Amino acid sequence: MNFPILSSLILLPSIGALFILFSKSSSGKYQSAKYVSLFISLANFLLSIYLWYIFDKNSVDFQFVENREWLSGFINYKVGIDGISILFVILTTFITPICIISVNATITNRLKDFLIAILIMETFMIGVFCSLDLVVFYLFFEAGLIPMFLIIGIWGGERRVYSAFKFFLYTLLGSVLMLVAIISIYWITGTTDVEKLYELGIKAEYQNLLWLAFFSSFAVKTPMWPVHTWLPDAHVEAPTVGSVLLAAILLKMAGYGFIRFSIGLFPIASENFTMLVYILSLIAIIYTSLVALMQEDMKKLIAYSSVAHMGFVTLGIFTMTQQGIEGSIFQMISHGLVSAALFLSVGVVYERHHTRLINKYGGLVSIMPRYAIVFMVFTLGALGLPGTTGFIGEFLILMGAFEKNILVAMIASLGVILGAAYMLWLFKRVVFGEINNQELKSMKDLKTFEIITLSALVIPIIFFGFYPEPLMNSIETSVENTLNMYNFDLINNLASKD
Amino acid sequence: MENFQYILPEIFISVSIMIFLLVGVFKKNSATLIYNLSNISLIILLALIINLSSLDTIYLFNESYLIDNLSNYMKIILVGSGIFVMLTGSKYIQVINLNKIEYPILILSSILGMMIMISSNDLIVFYMGLELQSLALYVLASFNRDNLLSTESGLKYFVLSALSSGLLLYGCSLTYGFSESTNFDQILINSTEFNYGTTFGIVFILVGLAFKISAVPFHMWAPDVYQGSPTSVTLFFAILPKIAALSVFIKFLYTPFANMNDQWQTIIVFISIASMIFGAVAAIGQKNLKRLIAYSSISHMGYALAGLATVSNQGIQSSITYISIYLVMNLAFFSCLFMLKRNDKYYENIEDLSGLSKKHPILSFSLLIVLFSLAGIPPLAGFFAKFYVFLAVIEQSMYFLAIVGLLATVVAAFYYLRIIKIIYFDPEKDEYEKSHNLGLKITLAISTIFILAYFIYPSGITEIVSKITMI
Repeated sequence: MNFPILSSLILLPSIGALFILFSKSSSGKYQSAKYVSLFISLANFLLSIYLWYIFDKNSVDFQFVENREWLSGFINYKVGIDGISILFVILTTFITPICIISVNATITNRLKDFLIAILIMETFMIGVFCSLDLVVFYLFFEAGLIPMFLIIGIWGGERRVYSAFKFFLYTLLGSVLMLVAIISIYWITGTTDVEKLYELGIKAEYQNLLWLAFFSSFAVKTPMWPVHTWLPDAHVEAPTVGSVLLAAILLKMAGYGFIRFSIGLFPIASENFTMLVYILSLIAIIYTSLVALMQEDMKKLIAYSSVAHMGFVTLGIFTMTQQGIEGSIFQMISHGLVSAALFLSVGVVYERHHTRLINKYGGLVSIMPRYAIVFMVFTLGALGLPGTTGFIGEFLILMGAFEKNILVAMIASLGVILGAAYMLWLFKRVVFGEINNQELKSMKDLKTFEIITLSALVIPIIFFGFYPEPLMNSIETSVENTLNMYNFDLINNLASKD
Repeated sequence: MENFQYILPEIFISVSIMIFLLVGVFKKNSATLIYNLSNISLIILLALIINLSSLDTIYLFNESYLIDNLSNYMKIILVGSGIFVMLTGSKYIQVINLNKIEYPILILSSILGMMIMISSNDLIVFYMGLELQSLALYVLASFNRDNLLSTESGLKYFVLSALSSGLLLYGCSLTYGFSESTNFDQILINSTEFNYGTTFGIVFILVGLAFKISAVPFHMWAPDVYQGSPTSVTLFFAILPKIAALSVFIKFLYTPFANMNDQWQTIIVFISIASMIFGAVAAIGQKNLKRLIAYSSISHMGYALAGLATVSNQGIQSSITYISIYLVMNLAFFSCLFMLKRNDKYYENIEDLSGLSKKHPILSFSLLIVLFSLAGIPPLAGFFAKFYVFLAVIEQSMYFLAIVGLLATVVAAFYYLRIIKIIYFDPEKDEYEKSHNLGLKITLAISTIFILAYFIYPSGITEIVSKITMI
């Protein structure tokens, strides 16, 4: 396999962005820019599907590895994927074209710049999930701040400046400690190559501090309670497409980071800090669910529900069981699809009615029946009804948690009930009930492109809800391998203590 | 006489300065001619230095003058950035009526002084070079003599710089008194044993140098001088004296005082941390872009010094890499500043950038790249500059310095973001002129592409710099 397929995946959107940058638009409608970006993102999606097709699901090794000299003598540009990262790559390439199609409705000014920002963002996001070197990972992880800052700041709502700054500074503050940790790892072990680090292992005495440094970055990005406060602001002020990217993919970077780096590199520290993560996750699940109940802004409600869902993810990862981790990965994919869909749905009514306040809506079922149906599917997906992807993720996570700690699992299960409460209540207030607001009557049902984007999300949510096998197949071997390494390291450590 | 071929660049530039002076005196209205000639002579100078750079270490004039990898590299980036400074400023000095013959000649003499500083291997030669560059800089700072701010900045710089030169000289004499020599290598040999005299000498010399590099707590002159001087001179201030001073810093710390590193390491760490924090915090409230960049350069010097505090080759190289990338970012930033012109008036307040992105997309994009790079966000060049420094700092397990430095970048990111916010998020103002001279456009294009594309081949500078070893 000599063709650098991963680098192509990473670079293709940027090349598309360059094209758009230099393309002249006629009549200021940016038709060519739209088609170029759509074409590029679809091509990237097909490429990633092809990648999935030729990917060997039974191998524990990283595949399609490219290793090039980059910073001479120090660090190589190394990318590669395993069963876990490939799903995130596909999620990214799947969500991006949907974003680009939905751009039609939500963005009116500076469309060309917006498309460039999204494509550049896609490059960075794929880069995060493919990189097999800590420095390369950090590079992509941080670089994503620039386009996202601009997306929120230029195209956002009223308090966009505050939100953009908060988003940027919170994330940056979390990440600088990770940079210190990465450089320390380089000097402790002599490499930042993840594969080599898996083999070498990091001495137990360093692990706790390094783990905390990585945790500070991932906790902000996840986001975990109490550093989650940037997320509601960013979500509310970002344009619809920005929220979709943020919820669907950016939040997953941290979850992915936990599995790949925190558990993979610092198993002993992960074991030490398990309780901390449990507690923070439980607070996130219960507390933010309660907060979500009281929200009057739809986007804010979904943002808080994201925090709660990501609480399940972190809980599942740190159960260190096959079910827990698989469930977390599945939950992340599911949340990527569902939250993207929910934000798009909010975008649909926001674009028509220009408000996100829940009490301004009501009785949409009789005005927009098609919308009511898809919105229902997404609501059910979010609350984890059997038959949607949400159920499988939460179920597996709770199974893993029961195996380790019954009390934790019981408290987490409460979160499922709360989740159902706020999602159903939201649905009831928006879709059912009397039409109080006469202006609502003039609202049109879904347009063609909205049907395309929303049904593109409905299909995988239901399909993988009933038949999760393709996704599970892909992650099973890699998760098993991660856990084997983890347990092996733990046993070695115990042995060395005796 | 055979030595002269090695010092040909210095001789060439001295002769050029004298010829230009004569031409300027005897030929009327020759300011533009001399400006262009000076630029050409700088290009020839650069060629001459590059021509010498393949040679090994050479001692000249009774070992008082040294040409080695460090001095060659520093001279190359010094003269190279000098060329770009001249290119970008040519239109500016015409517009604000400063196109006089003295201007290019003063710049050339100051560059000559810096070259002597960089190559000096003796306290006396070093001081000679330092004074030559400082005297030229005093005049340059107050060059816009009808302007109150410019005169103030010239005077301020003169008084404070003279004070620091005095301290420096006192340090030199103490060092001479206790080590019985003015030659750097000889001082190193003679100062194996600890004594308070030399320590005091080190402290005074470091104070003088810290003043030249505008590191906290000797930074007070920088904001006023940066703001008051004509912008082209500010650009000169922001880059060239810093290169020279940093290279002298490296030289002092790692040649005559190499044995005393336990004495000076704490001082450098303190100066570095103070500069990083102060530069970042003080810049937040600024309204004038030149003043803001003064504070920003203070904090950048903090990072460059952090590399020096490590006492390792890796650290020295990282500092040199840092200053190389820093100068490119400053060139790009000032090129953007020169483009904010409307009806023969240059604008330099942050509010003047409001909504720039709507009418000037390319200029705003360049500023965006430069500002994110100054803030040290990957994948831009500024990130790699910081990365190398912290790589070196953490290698020596100086975690406190690393963490403080990185937290300071978060604070600094705030004020860079504020400018980006004003450019991109705020309502637009009047349009600026869109035609600019070629030199300015080329400088901006080259520097922006350098910053943007640095990540593709980051080992270019590192490989050259890795030849510089002091320990």
